[in-house]
Amino acid sequence: MTDAVENQEKQEKRVSKKHLPRTPMREQEAMERVQNYEEVPFGYSEAEAIAEAERCIICKNPKCVTACPVNIDIPSFIREVRDGNFEAAARILKDTNSLPAVCGRVCPQEDQCEKVCIEGIKHDPVAVGNLERFVADWEREHDKISIPEIPPPTGYKIAIVGSGPAGLTVAGDMAKQGHDVTVFEALHRPAGVLIYGIPEFRLPKLIVNAEVDYIRKLGAKFVMNTVVGVSITLDELFAEGYHAVFIGTGAGLPKFMNIPGENLVGVYSANEYLTRANLMGAMRFPEYDTPMRPSQHTVVVGGGNTAMDSARTALRLQKCRVSLVYRRSLQELPARVEEVHHAEAEGIEMHLLNNPVAILGNEQQEVTGIRCLRMELGEPDASGRRRPVEIKGSEFELECDTVIMAIGNDPNPVFTRATPGLKVSKWGTIIADEETGATSRPGVYAGGDIVSGAATVINAMGAGRKAANAMDTYVRSLAI
Amino acid sequence: MPQHVIHSRRILAEKVHEFWVEAPLIARKRKAGQFVIVRMNDRGERIPLTIASGDAERGLIRLIVQEAGKSTIEMGRLQVGDFFLDIAGPLGRPTHIETWGNLIAVAGGVGAAPLLPIVEAARAAGNRVHAIIGARSENLMILAEEYARHCHEVRLCSDDGSVGIKGLVTDCLRQWVSEGVQFNQSLIIGPVIMMRETAKVAKELGIPGQVSLNPIMIDGTGMCGACRVSVNGKTKFACVDGPEFDAWGVNFDELILRNRAYLRQEKIALDTMMDHECKIGLATGVAQ
Ligand SMILES: Cc1cc2nc3c(=O)[nH]c(=O)nc-3n(C[C@H](O)[C@H](O)[C@H](O)COP(=O)(O)OP(=O)(O)OC[C@H]3O[C@@H](n4cnc5c(N)ncnc54)[C@H](O)[C@@H]3O)c2cc1C
Ligand SMILES: Cc1cc2nc3c(=O)[nH]c(=O)nc-3n(C[C@H](O)[C@H](O)[C@H](O)COP(=O)(O)OP(=O)(O)OC[C@H]3O[C@@H](n4cnc5c(N)ncnc54)[C@H](O)[C@@H]3O)c2cc1C
Ligand code: SF4
Ligand code: SF4
Ligand code: FES
Repeated sequence: MTDAVENQEKQEKRVSKKHLPRTPMREQEAMERVQNYEEVPFGYSEAEAIAEAERCIICKNPKCVTACPVNIDIPSFIREVRDGNFEAAARILKDTNSLPAVCGRVCPQEDQCEKVCIEGIKHDPVAVGNLERFVADWEREHDKISIPEIPPPTGYKIAIVGSGPAGLTVAGDMAKQGHDVTVFEALHRPAGVLIYGIPEFRLPKLIVNAEVDYIRKLGAKFVMNTVVGVSITLDELFAEGYHAVFIGTGAGLPKFMNIPGENLVGVYSANEYLTRANLMGAMRFPEYDTPMRPSQHTVVVGGGNTAMDSARTALRLQKCRVSLVYRRSLQELPARVEEVHHAEAEGIEMHLLNNPVAILGNEQQEVTGIRCLRMELGEPDASGRRRPVEIKGSEFELECDTVIMAIGNDPNPVFTRATPGLKVSKWGTIIADEETGATSRPGVYAGGDIVSGAATVINAMGAGRKAANAMDTYVRSLAI
Repeated sequence: MPQHVIHSRRILAEKVHEFWVEAPLIARKRKAGQFVIVRMNDRGERIPLTIASGDAERGLIRLIVQEAGKSTIEMGRLQVGDFFLDIAGPLGRPTHIETWGNLIAVAGGVGAAPLLPIVEAARAAGNRVHAIIGARSENLMILAEEYARHCHEVRLCSDDGSVGIKGLVTDCLRQWVSEGVQFNQSLIIGPVIMMRETAKVAKELGIPGQVSLNPIMIDGTGMCGACRVSVNGKTKFACVDGPEFDAWGVNFDELILRNRAYLRQEKIALDTMMDHECKIGLATGVAQ
């Protein structure tokens, strides 16, 4: 062992013993931020980032890396941050993660990399997500985004269906290999849920656009307004000379509860609500053409990220009372803890252990209220969570004029319905190999929510990465 | 790069505009009954419009637009050489066409536009097509000659009697049936109230058929659920399950109320536009 390495190890051990407290991220005050659409946390300063990086003991067998779905070399990038080499840190991130500015913000870190961080056993885990975000932002803000050298064109044509995180990852990875990549997207702007679903105050669109631009610069082409399966079919893509196709069409079909009153005026799916607000600019109506109905009291049904995003969007857009109705208890809320805290601090009323049974309306078929039943927790169910059971006779009504159904999304059926010969599960997800994304049709790969059902950004990217590797091998085995 | 340049345009009737727009892929793929979603500019709404016909060779589609509010009024002002920023499609399921035999096509107002390609397709499938075209008055009637070319027989009617029979399309339908003609199938497109009433009469007369629904839409790909309609007691998404549905089974009253959801905001949008233009108009007036 050389002296230098020994010294470094000693130093790392010393640092670890300090057990510095986790560096908090400053954020907008709750009462101020509900007045605007700007991002809630401000991000680390350089000094804060270095201070946080110093907490990492740069493990030899880092558990955090295995817990990250794309296996970012976390200790290496944090070491560079600690030493002030932010550009080098960015290179390391980009090696395995093409959207670090997004993941640093929306990854459920507390369930992934940070959950297993060694520092977290006795103290607080290292803020890996915050550091990731810092590095990606620093790189963008300092114009240090570098385009890797692209090998000469291979002559292989790759089509990607859907421009969410799964599709974008495949596009980036394939373009870096020198393949000719075209992304087909049904909507008028790329990035899937990142652009139409997750709101500005959690994921600024400037950042999403910068990530898409990066993938464009790698050479990928984007064709918008094209619903594959309808505007052009899978067979037609092959006929046009594409050698392999990736399907990343996501879980974009909103669920409803099938209770009375769901088609009343004033009942939205979370997708519709968020699309109006984010993609269509309803928060700037009438400057933008797409409107939203004004509200005095909006009730959001559900407990996931989508529900929190809808509730917090409603608060900003309508400046009204907003309540959340969820049938389980606080512990079972599937949304990220951070988001639940944000929502509570902003004044969203939580009506937990309540299950809607009907939405009520007036003569004009406009929402006037929602009828709920109180629930109590019974035995654990298949998911290990205690099953909510109705309390007989506990019905009550909550007056409101808007109801947002945020109870989840099913796989988008438009593509699969129009594509014969593609094996689909009984839930409507595409059946694909876990390691390669290969589907039942040769040359067709799939990944992201359309395969897993509604999951996470980083899972979609992980699936995209694996599929891209397999597709690269596949096309190169073809003679052209 | 503007892709969707307007090739030609024409005024068909008061506040009804016809455009031939570049959209080669859609022109090639489109089938009767399908629609596109159009966004005029970067701040615009996504607006569903039926593909009234297409010219695959020249890569053009025909859109027929009636001024209803801000976006369609703005659209009516577009000139040859202007362009639509986005056109997505063809969306929706194509019309289910069989050889039914004697077919009655009933159009109300600008509904004559979306009905025309279906009539063409039905005739190509070997049906005897009869058509009733209704409008409030003569200056609002469109495409009557084109129907004459494609149909076995066409009858016109208007509320004020300025063209064809004085009366509603439902009167016309009853009259025709009372003459002893038996219709096996109906296709009904027009304002929702007109579709509701015509479907009612058709049911009375025992004629099954299809209506094409026009709920408020956003994405048109099944993602938002704004276009929910109730058909035979079940919720359907009109953009992917329709837009055509069983005429006897549609809950038209629900659709009417759902389509009114944004009346107040639509008025604000229109007033803001007019207001803005007034001010600009005033400014140039002063300068002159
Ligand atoms: C409101 C909301 C908040 C969320 N918050 C978080 C969070 O904080 N953290 C997290 O990790 N995850 C979050 N998620 C989940 C995450 O966004 C998804 O898991 C992820 O986006 C899935 O990526 P994807 O690429 O598979 O699909 P998507 O992002 O859904 O993208 C699919 C794309 O394909 C397009 N498409 C569909 N069909 C076709 C077709 N036939 N032809 C062409 N294009 C088509 C769609 O228009 C869309 O753009 C959230 C989801 C929602 C809805
Ligand atoms: C499948 C389908 C096909 C259609 N085809 C045609 C056509 O070929 N020609 C034609 O002139 N019109 C057609 N329409 C109706 C057309 O989309 C609306 O008139 C238009 O969106 C109104 O927009 P606006 O801003 O001008 O008016 P607004 O002032 O916004 O609205 C006027 C009325 O139009 C309806 N409307 C508003 N926004 C939408 C929306 N996003 N989607 C649907 N309806 C809306 C509402 O009932 C509203 O009260 C079709 C609608 C559908 C759903
Ligand atoms: S991508 Fe997500 S899981 Fe991986 S290191 Fe970053 S925050 Fe953690
Ligand atoms: S487990 Fe924690 S301390 Fe160890 S390398 Fe990962 S982030 Fe650093
Ligand atoms: S318009 Fe969004 S689902 Fe039909």
